[in-house]
Amino acid sequence: MADDTPLLALTGITKRFGEVVANRDVDFTLRPGEVVGLLGENGAGKTTLMNIAFGLYRPDAGTIAVAGKAASIGSTADAIALGIGMVHQHTHVVARHSVLENLMAGLAGRHGLIDRAAALARLAEIAAAYGLGLDPDQLVGDLAVGEKQRLDIIRALFRKARILILDEPTSVLTPQETEGLFSAIRALKADGVGVVYISHKLNEVRAITDRVVVMRRGAVVADAVNDGTLTNAGLAVLMCGHEPERITRTPHQTGAARLELAGLRLGKATQPIDLKVHGGEIVGIAGVSGNGQVRFAETIAGVQMAADGTILIDGKPTSAGSPRRMQQAGLAYIPEDRLGAGLVGALPVSDNMVLSRFGASPFAHFGWLDRKAMAAFAERQIASYDIRPPDAKLPIGLLSGGNQQKAIVARELALKPKVLIIAQPTRGLDVTAIAFVHRELMRLRAEGCAILLISDDLDEIFQLSDRIAVMYESAIVCAMQVEQATVAGIGLAMNGGAIEVPA
Amino acid sequence: MSMLDIILDIGFFAAAIRLAVPLLLGTLSELVAERSGVLNLGIEGMMLAGALAGFATAHVTGSLWLGVLAALLLGALIGLLMALLVVILRLDQTVTGLGVTMAATGLVFFSYRLGFGESAVPPAITPFSTIPLPLLSDIPFVGPVLFNQYALTYIVYLLVPALAFFLFRTPAGLALRTVGENPKAAAGVGIDPIKMRILALMAAGALAGLAGAYLNLAAFGSFTFGIISGRGWICLALVVLGRWKPFACAGAALLFGAVDAFQLRLQTSGSVDLPYQLFLALPYVATLIVVIVNTRFAAAPAALMEPYDPEKR
Repeated sequence: MADDTPLLALTGITKRFGEVVANRDVDFTLRPGEVVGLLGENGAGKTTLMNIAFGLYRPDAGTIAVAGKAASIGSTADAIALGIGMVHQHTHVVARHSVLENLMAGLAGRHGLIDRAAALARLAEIAAAYGLGLDPDQLVGDLAVGEKQRLDIIRALFRKARILILDEPTSVLTPQETEGLFSAIRALKADGVGVVYISHKLNEVRAITDRVVVMRRGAVVADAVNDGTLTNAGLAVLMCGHEPERITRTPHQTGAARLELAGLRLGKATQPIDLKVHGGEIVGIAGVSGNGQVRFAETIAGVQMAADGTILIDGKPTSAGSPRRMQQAGLAYIPEDRLGAGLVGALPVSDNMVLSRFGASPFAHFGWLDRKAMAAFAERQIASYDIRPPDAKLPIGLLSGGNQQKAIVARELALKPKVLIIAQPTRGLDVTAIAFVHRELMRLRAEGCAILLISDDLDEIFQLSDRIAVMYESAIVCAMQVEQATVAGIGLAMNGGAIEVPA
Repeated sequence: MSMLDIILDIGFFAAAIRLAVPLLLGTLSELVAERSGVLNLGIEGMMLAGALAGFATAHVTGSLWLGVLAALLLGALIGLLMALLVVILRLDQTVTGLGVTMAATGLVFFSYRLGFGESAVPPAITPFSTIPLPLLSDIPFVGPVLFNQYALTYIVYLLVPALAFFLFRTPAGLALRTVGENPKAAAGVGIDPIKMRILALMAAGALAGLAGAYLNLAAFGSFTFGIISGRGWICLALVVLGRWKPFACAGAALLFGAVDAFQLRLQTSGSVDLPYQLFLALPYVATLIVVIVNTRFAAAPAALMEPYDPEKR
């Protein structure tokens, strides 16, 4: 590389949040035209480090240099002025403003007025240079998730960013959208822009980056040139410090249909859904988030009313629209929004453990709660599911995401369900917790439970499912055995494309 | 006098505007606060404080315009206090706003007693008189209604398009709207949501103070404790009715002013024999009906009542 002055150099960065040290003496550099992958488990400190570079947090110690000059970044405005742009995992856009209004917000304008003409010209320029285009007058709320992310990237480039930080950019993208993002990154790279690529998708990191920096527990543990010798297994060991456990699926004979959806329609205007999930079978529901997955899960769980159709469990029709009756029929539901829909954060672990059945024996007698029975049950579950910290009296909101998920899994599996609906089971969890959840699902499958697995994570779908179905615009557009499915084919169907199923 | 006669009278329309102007000022005040993402329930107290500041200053100095200035400044100061509590300390906006109103009300009563004592004849000032604008006030019908008003009213006429222009045509206006919709997105593009909200609340306070001062500097000429009597709360409903847009808010305030003027005249005309309380309720009932009909189309700023914490992910 001709110019060796780093675009961005972070030296000796330390950041504490109360007792927790999020970054410990971290050094990080980024050169012009370089794509650096930043890897690490959840809580390793990747996002914290980049939030410091972007002026969202102030470091407790350490220095920042931009293009060779010492920089004091006290706010995002400072960072933007220095040519740093950041695209967050969850896009930060204004849904009720137009694309152009989103792009112009924060710009100085001309003669005290917003400069629409200049903004339109710049948008066209970026579309031509990097293949990133959008309709300027479209309402952002109407954009697809991938388009919202494109808006975030365009917004950074709009401000002439030379350093672009992408935080888990592909977690919500289809394989095709990911490919589009990669070609934009290559164009940026050719233009001399430095890109920081935060991700835990190892294949993508190996495909797009020039160098990989691995963090663990707030410190950098490896900084290696991506010369083709890096392996997923090697990177994974660096990330978690030990060989991660990977749960594999062994094909087995499935039983009779336990969950049957017949002509189920989520909305008045959506297509009917016919789907059977057999005993001992995991059916994975793939789809771009926002295509009705939440409504689908909640409808089957009885939280919402279906517009039309019936739900059968073990061949018996159930009365729709009552979570309690669905539970009595043998259905367990683990929602994607753990703290919002699955738990009561302010209540102790022991109360949350019986949240779905505290009204009856053995936890209540004649309308009185049996605190002793609740505590004993919670202690047992905490021990057998290794929930940490092992304190049944602690408000569950204080537990980590992984332990909260363990608690929900413990609660719902104690019901010995015939059918399990589980949505985004490992979102936000680290490798160890993911292995735990996957192992439990496999155990349940072996016991003959019918499992409907809804996930944005295609890797997870392919890893666990016996059959894969694709949800698009609140309907199932195709379903096939996992052996017949390809990532490209499923990705196409997720975008509404037709899919050819081998006979 | 029949109902039709009431409505066809020029005096009715002029009265509707006089009644609408303080409400419009309050509504624009609330609009600015809510567009930044803060529900300002301190508005009732700010209006009362502005009324006293305006009256007392005019009474002491003899200058009505110094009274206007005092009302603007005291309102902005209370806005700053409100900002300290809900923007910097991120306290609950509902409780804090009500608290600010109660504290301001108590302090106003206390200060008035301290300054003016308890006299049988309440102190009075000579309020603003109406100024007919040359040429414009000669236009038949429209002239006497719109262009024979107080100077403050003419300022309010200009304020509505100015605020609309600010919100939708200037970078600062776009920044304000972005903060009210999504402060994190605003911070991501270099806008300081905290600074924006502090400034918005100070501007809202100044406008609310002016709204209160209008009532005694232009309309009544004296100060009474019940001078605001819930007008601030009405403004909260009028913002919803006006869908957080300046011109629509002006329409909402005018509608309320017109119904209010109508019921006043209906009462005095004696043509309908009903208890006067029913007449008094008429503007509120009308507002309620229109809000109910209108609400399905209205959408509050997405981040309304949501405190912004930069260190929170």
